[in-house]
Amino acid sequence: MSDFRQIEFYKPNSHKYQLLPFRFTKLDDQSYVVTNLAGEFVVLPKELIPRLINHNLSDDNSFYVELRARHFLVDQSTAIARDLLAIKLRSRYDRLADFTSLHMFVVTLRCEHSCHYCQVSRKSADKLQFDMSLADADAALGLALRSPSPAIKIEFQGGEPLLNFGLIQHIVREAKRHGAGKRLAFVIATNLALVDREMLAFCYEHDINISTSLDGPRDLHNANRPRPGNDSYEKTIAGIRMAREFLGKDKVSALMTTTEASLDRIKDIVDEYVSQDFAVIFLRPLSPHGFAIKTKAYMRYNTDRWLDFYREGLEYIIALNKQGIALTEFYASTILAKMFTSRDPGFVDLMSPSGIGIAAVIYNYDGYVYASDESRMMAEVGDQHFQLGHVRHNSYGDIFLSPKLIEPLEDSFAYSNPMCHDCAFEPYCGADPVFHWALYKDHVGRKPESEFCRRNMAIFRHLITLMESDPFVRRLFLKWANKC
Amino acid sequence: MLKLSGRIDPIRQREDARTALLTITTDPSLPVGIRDRFALLTDQPRDVTGYGAQLVSNSLEPIESPLPDATIYQLPNHFNYLKSGDIVYIDASRQFLNTLFRKGSHHNSILLTEQCNSYCLMCSQPPKKIDDSYLLRRALELIKLIPKDAQRLGFTGGEPTLYGDSLIELIKQTKLQLPCTSVDLLSNGRRFKDKEFARRFGAIKHPDCTIAVPVYSDDPVRHDYVVQALGAFDETIQGILNLKRFGQKVEIRIVLHRQTIDRLVQTCEFICRNLLFVDHVALMGLEITGFTRANLDLLWIDPYDYKDTLSEAVHILTSYGLNTSVYNHQLCVVNRDVEGSCCKSISDWKNEYLESCASCTRKCECGGFFSSSKLYKHSSHITPFV
Repeated sequence: MSDFRQIEFYKPNSHKYQLLPFRFTKLDDQSYVVTNLAGEFVVLPKELIPRLINHNLSDDNSFYVELRARHFLVDQSTAIARDLLAIKLRSRYDRLADFTSLHMFVVTLRCEHSCHYCQVSRKSADKLQFDMSLADADAALGLALRSPSPAIKIEFQGGEPLLNFGLIQHIVREAKRHGAGKRLAFVIATNLALVDREMLAFCYEHDINISTSLDGPRDLHNANRPRPGNDSYEKTIAGIRMAREFLGKDKVSALMTTTEASLDRIKDIVDEYVSQDFAVIFLRPLSPHGFAIKTKAYMRYNTDRWLDFYREGLEYIIALNKQGIALTEFYASTILAKMFTSRDPGFVDLMSPSGIGIAAVIYNYDGYVYASDESRMMAEVGDQHFQLGHVRHNSYGDIFLSPKLIEPLEDSFAYSNPMCHDCAFEPYCGADPVFHWALYKDHVGRKPESEFCRRNMAIFRHLITLMESDPFVRRLFLKWANKC
Repeated sequence: MLKLSGRIDPIRQREDARTALLTITTDPSLPVGIRDRFALLTDQPRDVTGYGAQLVSNSLEPIESPLPDATIYQLPNHFNYLKSGDIVYIDASRQFLNTLFRKGSHHNSILLTEQCNSYCLMCSQPPKKIDDSYLLRRALELIKLIPKDAQRLGFTGGEPTLYGDSLIELIKQTKLQLPCTSVDLLSNGRRFKDKEFARRFGAIKHPDCTIAVPVYSDDPVRHDYVVQALGAFDETIQGILNLKRFGQKVEIRIVLHRQTIDRLVQTCEFICRNLLFVDHVALMGLEITGFTRANLDLLWIDPYDYKDTLSEAVHILTSYGLNTSVYNHQLCVVNRDVEGSCCKSISDWKNEYLESCASCTRKCECGGFFSSSKLYKHSSHITPFV
């Protein structure tokens, strides 16, 4: 019908376009990945990059339409891109306004295990020396509930927190008494060796989650986690069963510590998680031994070995999903959430600004407040750099506005850091001032030398490459992104 | 297909015969004081007075005389679906009847205007430039008559927001008259680019009103082309943002045809990235009526040929947790992974099945066809499940 106009009528009259802020990096020999402020990405053939930048890309090109729709460029046909981009960017940083949501309480340093990679446990029976006092617990809880966050998660840590279960009960009850108006959640990080029915009945009553440790099959787990009787694995598995019986399957999750001994055992580890019926596995970076071993060559060697371990693990997990076994890899899913959504999943090790203090904070057994779990471990080996104050001797303002927190946050904000600022993967990455301080004694570090940077860049590239080459993986990753 | 409007033949028309909204009744002995609000449905003229009209439904038997002193119309057979409680509009001068509300149907839709500021390639209700504001006034009257327990009501056009604040008044009255009725309003959303207008609409605080707005592409040029209106994409997106800002429920609708299917997956990604806060997304099969028939060559694609694209689109939307529905598709032309999102969406009065569907074991789960699809064009891959 002549009444209707052709699509050409709706195209812009002019070939001029404006570029919106974006960054790009090489993906492989043929292609580049471009990312916008909101973390959306497009993989482009190499030769299109100069054309795009020199304003020579024609609107007949299908990539032109793609880039316009994903807010990399604007032309006469639309002006809404800036508004949408602004909304997405605001969503990404939304959680900053809520401030600290995760509050970790080290209720005791005592532990009946003696894992060699752990710097923060004591075999002492002296309760007074290594247990958190009631007064410190109450003061810490007061700080936690002062957080503007509408949702407060309290995580009990150790040592082995079940050794001081009475204090856990006290804190949970007090939190509920004083925390009306907050959405409260509780989790106990425990090896489960000491768990009993009374404890689990209490967990059920107060809706407490269990996060346990499972390093892999029996021999690996028991080698990593020595305890009297050498039965850590048996105790953990029995504990998982009992906890699931009381609390339901979804309330019990497991974390793996990666040691050198893990690196050749990825399939065994994944199989163990599958046979124990876990839906999520977290292939964690190598335990850094409290950053004790810091020679660059050693770090680099270990990063490479870990990356091989990670890639092999991810490949195996994808293959399992193809067979219909639903298993999610947590590290990938936090990154994918940032690639596919405007949410920040709030994984403390991969946030910018850094999550230290403002996403998570830790109250140590002795009442000292640290910006992160790693910073209290650093303190154990003599560096108090991230000690923010004491729960009874300092006010909320002293602690959370301490220059010891604000400065590393400002220093390490990736968007304004050298090299990070230009990096296409900055929207997916985080800042880790504690890691960089431990190695370089500054909060930023030198990115070409940073193993944090090397490790994450390699993963970002790997995830995008996997998705681009296999539609099944893209579908799977989209699900992971939204689960996280 | 039910015919919702048509001529009625006067058997006897009193001089005071009224043009009015009347509720159908079969009770000839209603209290005299309220009879003028009713049309008496009967198989023979009744010797009763005071009803707004008598509608004689039996055309086979001869009309008995003498006739009572009342306005009496002969109802053609195609109106024999009318039941007690339905609401009709009788135009005495044109001797015309419109069925406006069918009690018990979930598909009552009230046309508010035939005017529109878009000119969509596949419009099922081609716009007319006429003053039809009587439709809005009639709707205001109608909502007072609709029973309070009606579950759903639709308002449609044309483009209802062209009425501006009068539309807001209608929705407000609907909330007051029918507080328990869920309301759908079809709009292209462009008028809501005016933040103040969106604010006033949101301020109605209707407890269950959804504005269904079409977004045909993530590509502004393509969207503007489909709706044949320059700048419409930006206005619609801005409108959705404004509506959500003021707490208004919004559904996004995408009609699937050859001009939208190529970017359907990207369009769904766009919705998930930019408009994740909408309340529902509906992916809709093409109705072969209005402009669609004129533009059929431009628009037609067999649903069987885009079934993988549809699966991908549904996968994306549901992965992001968006409420997703697939409307107007038959189960035999979608992949299994889409079945869970398929709805029986076609309004009951224009919903049919093919002869070959008779043997299908899943017919009762299937949404079937538009009457127009059956008549003019449907997938050539319709295969009964056996």
